[in-house]
Amino acid sequence: MKMNLRKLSVALALGLAMVASGGAQAQTKVGFVYVGPVGDHGWSYEHNQGRLAVEKEFGDKVKTTYVENVSEGPDAARVIQQLARAGNDIIFTTSFGFMNPTLQVAKRFPKVKFEHATGFKRAANVSTYSARFYEGRHVIGLIAGKMTKTNTVGYIASFPIPEVVRGINAAYLAAKSVNPAVKFKVVWVSTWFDPGKEADAAKALIDQGADVLMQHTDSPAAMQIAEKQGIFAFGQASDMKKFGPNAQLTSIIDDWAPYYIARVKAVMDGTWKSTDTWDGIGPGMVGIAEFSDKIPADVKAMAAKARDDIAAGKLHPFTGPINKQDGSPWLTAGQTAPDGDLAGMNFYVEGIEGSLPK
Amino acid sequence: MIRLEPRKEVSKHLLYLTPVMAVAVTIALGLVMFAALGKNPFQAIYIIFYEPLTDLFTISEMIVKATPLILIGIGLSFGFRAGVWNIGAEGQFTFGALTGGAVALALYQVEGFWVLPLMCLAGILGGMAWAAIPAFLRTKFNANEILVTLMLTYVAVLLLSVLVHGPLKDPEGLNFPESRLFHGAATMPILIAETRAHIGFIVALLAVAVAWVVLSRHVFGYQVKVMGQSPKAAAYGGFVEKRVVWVSLMISGGLAGLAGTFEAAGPVGQLVPALPVGYGFTAIIVAFLGRLNPIGILLAGFVMALTYIGGEGAQISMNLPSAVTGVFQGMFLFTLLGIDVLARYRIRMVRRQPAEKGS
Amino acid sequence: MDLLVLILQGVIVAATPLVFASIGELVVERSGVLNLGVEGMMILGAIAGFAVTLGTESYFLGIIAAALAGAVAAMLFAFLTQVLLSNQVATGLALTIFGLGLSALIGQAYSGESATPLSKIHIPLISDIPFIGPVLFEHDPLVYLSVILVGGVYWFLNKTRAGLILRAVGENHDAAHAIGYGVIKVRFAALLFGGATAGIGGAYLSIVQTPLWVEDMTAGRGWIALAIVVFSAWRPGRALMGAYLFGGVTVIQLHVQGLGVDIDAQYLSMLPYLVTVLVMVVISHDKTRANLNAPACLGRPFFASS
Repeated sequence: MKMNLRKLSVALALGLAMVASGGAQAQTKVGFVYVGPVGDHGWSYEHNQGRLAVEKEFGDKVKTTYVENVSEGPDAARVIQQLARAGNDIIFTTSFGFMNPTLQVAKRFPKVKFEHATGFKRAANVSTYSARFYEGRHVIGLIAGKMTKTNTVGYIASFPIPEVVRGINAAYLAAKSVNPAVKFKVVWVSTWFDPGKEADAAKALIDQGADVLMQHTDSPAAMQIAEKQGIFAFGQASDMKKFGPNAQLTSIIDDWAPYYIARVKAVMDGTWKSTDTWDGIGPGMVGIAEFSDKIPADVKAMAAKARDDIAAGKLHPFTGPINKQDGSPWLTAGQTAPDGDLAGMNFYVEGIEGSLPK
Repeated sequence: MIRLEPRKEVSKHLLYLTPVMAVAVTIALGLVMFAALGKNPFQAIYIIFYEPLTDLFTISEMIVKATPLILIGIGLSFGFRAGVWNIGAEGQFTFGALTGGAVALALYQVEGFWVLPLMCLAGILGGMAWAAIPAFLRTKFNANEILVTLMLTYVAVLLLSVLVHGPLKDPEGLNFPESRLFHGAATMPILIAETRAHIGFIVALLAVAVAWVVLSRHVFGYQVKVMGQSPKAAAYGGFVEKRVVWVSLMISGGLAGLAGTFEAAGPVGQLVPALPVGYGFTAIIVAFLGRLNPIGILLAGFVMALTYIGGEGAQISMNLPSAVTGVFQGMFLFTLLGIDVLARYRIRMVRRQPAEKGS
Repeated sequence: MDLLVLILQGVIVAATPLVFASIGELVVERSGVLNLGVEGMMILGAIAGFAVTLGTESYFLGIIAAALAGAVAAMLFAFLTQVLLSNQVATGLALTIFGLGLSALIGQAYSGESATPLSKIHIPLISDIPFIGPVLFEHDPLVYLSVILVGGVYWFLNKTRAGLILRAVGENHDAAHAIGYGVIKVRFAALLFGGATAGIGGAYLSIVQTPLWVEDMTAGRGWIALAIVVFSAWRPGRALMGAYLFGGVTVIQLHVQGLGVDIDAQYLSMLPYLVTVLVMVVISHDKTRANLNAPACLGRPFFASS
């Protein structure tokens, strides 16, 4: 009881202070929860870049806080709740494993807005958002199909969740459309982030004949191996040119800044509503890094056109006729994949060898 | 020359004084570190050590975090006293969470007060089964349990991931690797309203009490102590080393498995690949910080929980990187462990003897 | 055949950090000390090695720095456990926590940087022998150093007086002390060596295998090294074998996936751990019990009672 009185008096004092200061413009407080370190130069790094963009855009009108290396297990709910208790007006939880903890806390703090990345459950004060990375995979798939000489593309995959499977499928379909002989070798490393293991996987793929690498893991290790061995690779989440000046053909860039700025603004304007956002290249959430000079001009042009067509909504990476790997039909000619099918994608498309881990 | 002499009896008042001294030294070192990082040192120390104690929510979270640490720590203390090095409590925790959680998922449409106890039983048996492997390999093949328990930890974590990606996956979960949320009858009852502190804490306290009784009164406790101090004497004592190995591993495995089920059914509420967060390893520290004594483990569990939650608070309030928590915890542990010497040994100044050379 | 050469080369690269860390810990444990802080020492070596290599553009200095970083960490452990007689298990774990945190803190300035990887040495004529040449004789200098170290440790422990003293200290520190051997000095020296090699093992990751720095990049290899020491029954040759076995299975399971074999990747990921346990049980099964025992004083604090 003593504690409650103490807190009450502190709150009163603060409140009085605020009134006394003439009701100065309240700062909007924005919280971020990262699953990894901001120095991972991948997923969490890019979310943090988004946070920095928010700071740059709004200056003194916002105060941002972040907590990194938050595991998706028992600790997540506490961290999110601590951010809510600290007075944050909007909190971004940037990994799918934060889904249930976010909802739990959101129930307790109905006035705080929550934004959950890559999830599918919402509430009145919980929005979801994700990026159509598969659009970027389509673009790099086209380039890969044209650039590979051994017709083998190596893919370093993390875990068989729908997002990763979408990426493999999209890249494969695109590569195959410009190079019918292309084969994809997929290696699952069961981690999002382990430079040593990613390097081992890269080397194994190269040893088995891959001369273009793609990855859905977070470190630049594979890019380094590609550089060392003189083959091509695509960066993931950030521009990895620094790690592979000769190797990187281009990179898929997660650009959360436009979305973050828009949502913070909505909170400031009082127009925030719970939404589900799945943006791609068009709205700027998925970026493609500068094309390397090693790419011939015609391939560059083709990739650029695809990128622009996707952005304009003229091209959908999953356009039928497409069958599932077991031969059963999925999309008929001209049909584009409904978002529902994509959100829960757990099958390879026809033509990919090897089976998806269950 | 400074010489350390073991005290015949651990000095009781120093026993309580040394942790306080260690905290003081850590605070001093911490002040230096935070100042060097350019942050307000006093604010940092306050946030890490004191602030969590001032608020019901953070206290409840300390209970949430301390519960598995205490449960596992108690279990480990038996083995450690006997020289049975179970480094794989994390794996037993995970496997127990798996078995307990599997029961919950299998019964997801069933209500009834017996669901949760059944889950707990499954968790205990699961943890024991996982610990039975190193027990068997050690008693039958003399295979060192350090290696076996450690390797099995990795296997258990991978197994959890495989199963959550596959058979245990939530059918309505859009193929996300998470199990269904446990239903009401499979969730831990809450101890403190509006918090996550659950009755697992009461079980932990019970474990502390039972352990205290066994270690001080029961013959098994005696056997464990003797085996740890002198394996040869233990052999003369007329009891079999094998029994102590099996029983200690079963106890630590069972308690770890129970902790795993509590964690899945309580704070997390489902099975997810990220369920194991290292409690099995942190509990080793808790066991030793608590001097392998049940009451000590209870206190040490809370102290560790405090540093985790305080460290998080420092990240939030002061924009400190998460690395600072690890550094601070390490320093804290070093000082605790170093200063502890005072409770166990007496410092003597001795005149230097001329060195005798062996032939 | 070519693929086999490449696989074996990959195995050697994957195993080398484990060789360094485990051979050092083996010496430490033979002297009677259980240091669970290998992961902390490795990661400190990794950041030190990376930072210095980046700053001075000298791999040599980077490796020295890594060895020093590991050694200093080991000295902290040594002081706490040998002079202040703190519990070895807890102190080792504390060192791991501290090392991971400290390296991450120091490393904040270096994330996103990259260095040029240390290149392989091509020995004229020898490297060109078909098959054996590329597999055994075309690696970076650290690989050769790791193997030489193992041989050196074997020779030291079994053929020198100093090694005998170290082993005696590990088997019965009271008797060793009574004879007049400096138990604490021996253990300090062993820990110095163990720390230095663990540091070099960590630096192998950040200088050779993936020349970059990210937090926690050792990803648990220190723990694997500890397991390998146990696997080896505290014998150097077997530690080398254990490291190559573990590294080998890790690399091969990646290749197996690439070849399209239809086994779930996560089950394949379990193989290195299961195989290690299995092989250890099989090897140990037919030996006399005496050979398998850890150094009798492993983990027990020593205090001079006279």
